[in-house]
Amino acid sequence: MVNRMIQGIIAALGLAALWLLMSGLYKTLIFVLGTLSVLLTIFIVNRMDKVDGHKLGYDIGIFATIKYLVWLMVEIAKSNWAVTKVILSGKKPENNNMFEVPVTQKSEIAQVIFANSITLTPGTVTVESEDDNFIVHALDFAEGDMDALADMDARVSAIETDNAGAVS
Amino acid sequence: MTALDWIVEIASWIAILMGSAFLIIGAIGTLRFPDFWSRVHAVSVTDSAGMLLLTLGMCIQAGFTLITVKLIIIGVFLFITGPTATHAVANAAFVSGFLPKGADKFRRVIKLADKEAKIAKKRKRSPLKGKL
Repeated sequence: MVNRMIQGIIAALGLAALWLLMSGLYKTLIFVLGTLSVLLTIFIVNRMDKVDGHKLGYDIGIFATIKYLVWLMVEIAKSNWAVTKVILSGKKPENNNMFEVPVTQKSEIAQVIFANSITLTPGTVTVESEDDNFIVHALDFAEGDMDALADMDARVSAIETDNAGAVS
Repeated sequence: MTALDWIVEIASWIAILMGSAFLIIGAIGTLRFPDFWSRVHAVSVTDSAGMLLLTLGMCIQAGFTLITVKLIIIGVFLFITGPTATHAVANAAFVSGFLPKGADKFRRVIKLADKEAKIAKKRKRSPLKGKL
């Protein structure tokens, strides 16, 4: 119970900070409206928790995630260039392929990060998620693609903390 | 204008022009590619490079102000929702049985998902009832 209250207060402070950044107006009426919105949001979130009782776990290390994001940006730049070349070459993309990629992450958040990273790099789209692999569609499939995706999978697994998967 | 102003102007305009170029390339790809499954990939050029470079360029233009904070928040949200929307479109095509050539081995997955959805629907018609 006390834990829940501390969580609520932290969430309220975060929401208030976000609201102050967004509005940039500091009048009494606006402050009152902002306070009311924050309280209403906390009330609704608290009430929604009774519906499923599903715990949201964030089992990822923050510095490892930042390091991964930097690496992801470089990958996005590379594959953007590859897809741009395909678009501007004037040829039909012929090596369309759909295949399965094994997933090794334990926590849900890391699996979501991996699936969204695949979709975010142009040329590959995550189509469906099964228990232990994703179905991925690639625009211009090459031999090394499976290795590149396995490398990305290992990197996402590396940002998980040790007790990942225990909560959910 | 001082030298620093010039550097800021030039950097921001390079980012904005490159972002616009990627938007146009994405649009060309969407028009030129022959079928649904390749067009999905053309859109993701717009989604990633175009969006990121335009936001970056506008951030440099705005400098250290509240506008930059808002732009960064917009960028982070688009960074997460863009691929999610792409996935939703591709997944909708997949589940409705619209598969690319040579992917017929995945039909079993669709059937499985169909069965699961029916069971889940039967089990909880109204998931919120009695809980609020």
